[in-house]
Amino acid sequence: MTVFGRSHAISETAVLPLRVGGALSWRIRLRGVAVSVLGLGLLALLMAMNMRIGEIEMTLAEVVAGTFDQASAAHFVIMELRLPRALTGALVGAALALSGAIIQSIARNPLASPEILGVTTGASVTVVAGVVFSGSVYGGTSGLLSTLGIPALALLGGLVGATVVYGLAWRRGLDGYRLVLVGIGVAAVFTNVKFWLLTVGDVNDTGRAMVWITGSLNGRGWEHVVPTALALAVLVPVTLLGTRSLDALRFSDDTVVSLGVRTNLARALLILAAVLLAAVATASAGPIAFVALASPQIALRLVRSGRPPLLCSAIIGAVLTTGADLIARTAFSPLELPVGIVTAVLGAPYLIHLIWRAQKWAQK
Amino acid sequence: MLRRNRVSATAAAPRLHGLRHRRFSVLLTLFAAVAVAVVLSVTIGSKSVPIADAWSALTAPTGSENDIIIRSLRVPRTVLGVLAGIALGVAGALMQGHTRNPLADPGLLGVTQGAAFAMVASIILLGASSLLVYIWFGLAGALVASVAVFALGMVGGRGGPTPVTLALAGTAVSAFLYALTSAIVLWDEQAMDVFRFWQAGSIAARGADVVWQVLPFILVGLVLAATNAPGLNALSLGEDVARGLGQNITMTRTVGVASVTLLTGAAVAACGSLSFVGLIVPHLARPLSGTDHRWLLPYSGLIGAALLLLADVIGRVVAPPGELEVGVVLALIGAPFFVAMVRRRKPVRL
Repeated sequence: MTVFGRSHAISETAVLPLRVGGALSWRIRLRGVAVSVLGLGLLALLMAMNMRIGEIEMTLAEVVAGTFDQASAAHFVIMELRLPRALTGALVGAALALSGAIIQSIARNPLASPEILGVTTGASVTVVAGVVFSGSVYGGTSGLLSTLGIPALALLGGLVGATVVYGLAWRRGLDGYRLVLVGIGVAAVFTNVKFWLLTVGDVNDTGRAMVWITGSLNGRGWEHVVPTALALAVLVPVTLLGTRSLDALRFSDDTVVSLGVRTNLARALLILAAVLLAAVATASAGPIAFVALASPQIALRLVRSGRPPLLCSAIIGAVLTTGADLIARTAFSPLELPVGIVTAVLGAPYLIHLIWRAQKWAQK
Repeated sequence: MLRRNRVSATAAAPRLHGLRHRRFSVLLTLFAAVAVAVVLSVTIGSKSVPIADAWSALTAPTGSENDIIIRSLRVPRTVLGVLAGIALGVAGALMQGHTRNPLADPGLLGVTQGAAFAMVASIILLGASSLLVYIWFGLAGALVASVAVFALGMVGGRGGPTPVTLALAGTAVSAFLYALTSAIVLWDEQAMDVFRFWQAGSIAARGADVVWQVLPFILVGLVLAATNAPGLNALSLGEDVARGLGQNITMTRTVGVASVTLLTGAAVAACGSLSFVGLIVPHLARPLSGTDHRWLLPYSGLIGAALLLLADVIGRVVAPPGELEVGVVLALIGAPFFVAMVRRRKPVRL
């Protein structure tokens, strides 16, 4: 079941070694560097546009001036409304994509995503239950929501979901294939409980819950930026240290062991990182659909590497989410779509285009 | 299992005989399980009917209350459950065989989301309001979506789409359609109301006319599936080997996809998204059958039917006076069972 498609065999692109000293060294793909730089440039452009557009249109100069002039009216709009929202989008997208890249590498399956770790589905159940049973206005004041809040509820659900999957899949070590199968089973339970909860509630509550489970960046503030940024700051270095293990884990367990990688430890730590990334991201913006699945596949095809590249996936995830948010805000303005609807509408055709092109490549 | 097959083929005849004997006895056991499930489904419900009364209602109806319940409610519901269970189980096994991916469910071709989108769109655009109308739209949406996915996978590929391409193209199209569906249901409250119940999945309150509507599609799909099994066995050795064995790969893939589309499209249009059956049932059937699709397909169909009916019966009695949707019950009992099985033995890999 080597399932990353034909594209990886196509070309061996230029690779530079980066040696820090001791055991710390990475292989740097020039193509990966190019994709990352272009991606970051595009991200900066999209974020700048996101800052300009809204109820009060601003030029780029006004945005810059307003950022530093604390007395101006624009300062509040930029620093308290638009910047945190734009940052949340970029960070959440990066975290989801990185999580997806790790899981797809470990499971050796392009269809794997944080969903099979029980994170996003677990979070959906707790949040839908919270919204439906408290019967309050979204994020409002009554019952369970006032004491816990939706992000806390989501974080709780995500971590519980992941613990269940992890615990059930662990049996004298963690087998990638068994993890996937257990993940399917647990995700099925969570998803159907979510469906059932949606049929139980009032149709208005259902609508509000639907917005959350689609993923939305509406009204996100600094309280959403900080946890996601912290999680990324800690977990990105950790996963980059695990790159070598991740490369090795593509092979069969016997090969991996003989390459000197402690399979169970490496797998457990990497999965833990993926779970935390997805859980924090979901708590901030809901399980934004498709980012975790598509970004690693898009990055894989752009970089033409053997498995989803981690940093590039994260950057693509940020670009995809930020771009989608821009469209979500402007396409039907003044009405605003949940960003999760747009990520799929935007990401799906591009992924299809890449698959299609890779296939043509393979013909030559 | 393949390896075991080959050994048994070259080894002494008695072992081969034993294997076949075992397979037939498993098949009979599964038939018996479906028969039991049918009897339970006809007799148990918010009003229980003794077996003798149920029998007389079928053979010599007198127009009593029990006769009406049996003939107009229980029998169509049971028949639909059997049909949908067989269709989804077989489609799931086919889909996982073609993509060689344990995560593949029959909805992977975009069938489920195609059906959902067409139904929701028919509500908001054409004001459709009855189940019989939705079903046609659902069926049409399922067919169009899967043809689109298959065409996308085909483009540029010689000898049919590769499994990965097909799976990813299907996922991408599904995500796209799901996004559009979400946009509509967030917009329109009536569409949301239909959609959320459709999503939960149910075989209740569908009359005999619904059964007749989907029956031809399921029958054609099953015939195609039966002809697909030997080709799929060859394909599971790898495309190159299959080609060397004289397989027409494009043909095998096309027939497989057509079968999955018809089976799944008919089932989800009538019962809602019960994708769990197609996803889990092949994993339950594979330890019994091995990877030989000539046995895996019938096993999966029968297990699917038995599971769906039993889940439906449980859903009728657990939450009186109401009922729990069959999709929810399926996941709640099926999934823990499935997880336990995965943990207990080494999974049969695709």
